[in-house]
Amino acid sequence: MPNRASVTDLPAQPAAEPAPCRARNALRIVLSSTPMEVRRALERVLVDLSPLELSEDERGTVELVLAEVLNNVVEHAYDTADSGVIEITVLQGVRRLFCTVTDQGRAMPGFDAPSGKAADVDVPVEALPEGGFGWFLIRQLSKDLSYSRSGDENRLSFSLDFATLPAPR
Amino acid sequence: MNVEATRKGKTLLVTVHESRIDAAVAVTFKEAMRDATTGHAGRIVLDMSEVGFLDSSGLGAVVGAMKQVDEGAKLELAGLSRTVAKVFHLTRMDTVFTIHSSAEAALASGENAA
Repeated sequence: MPNRASVTDLPAQPAAEPAPCRARNALRIVLSSTPMEVRRALERVLVDLSPLELSEDERGTVELVLAEVLNNVVEHAYDTADSGVIEITVLQGVRRLFCTVTDQGRAMPGFDAPSGKAADVDVPVEALPEGGFGWFLIRQLSKDLSYSRSGDENRLSFSLDFATLPAPR
Repeated sequence: MNVEATRKGKTLLVTVHESRIDAAVAVTFKEAMRDATTGHAGRIVLDMSEVGFLDSSGLGAVVGAMKQVDEGAKLELAGLSRTVAKVFHLTRMDTVFTIHSSAEAALASGENAA
């Protein structure tokens, strides 16, 4: 077994700087860059967020957006090498979750997150796209997405707005 | 990858016994679908009712499965969970596939109807 990070829960830490609005740490998870670790991390995320009593639809959104973001890191930033480390942080704000995903892989092309253009499906069956849906889904389901490269670290932040989410206590 | 194919009259019913079609299994799923559907030139219904989660890689694999069927065959979908249906809807792939509420409903419609 190679010695590498596995899905673990780290003790919740207070944010380094006070958030502009009331927010509290919902979870922090570290995983290594493999599709199976992504699976386990997503499972962990849903367990850790269970106290928030999100609806089935909201849980689906959290899982889907994070899956797309993490898959991109595994496939592109780390080029499917399994030795990379990825960190997920989720903060609970008022009617929204603030998510941040960091990695030390390759930077996004042009130092910018893809615009996520919709794939064209009005084409003959044999020409239907089998990929290129990921960023479209991320952009459709998230708000305030921002990407930054600082030193050798990629940082992607976005929020997921859930009208029924109670304010953090 | 557990994919089960059963002949129901002229229709081939393919049931996915997996809770997820994601990046970890997308390639294996598409291969299993090729094995299950090759040699059938007719209607194919893919029962996805056990699949609770599908990401964009999984969506690509389902599209790939539809494109690789034999000439004269047509792949239809049945039993999409709420989250899975959302992925098809957002990407407008729900306009590409014939989608049935359940395998039973799919088999009761079309050429299988009495």
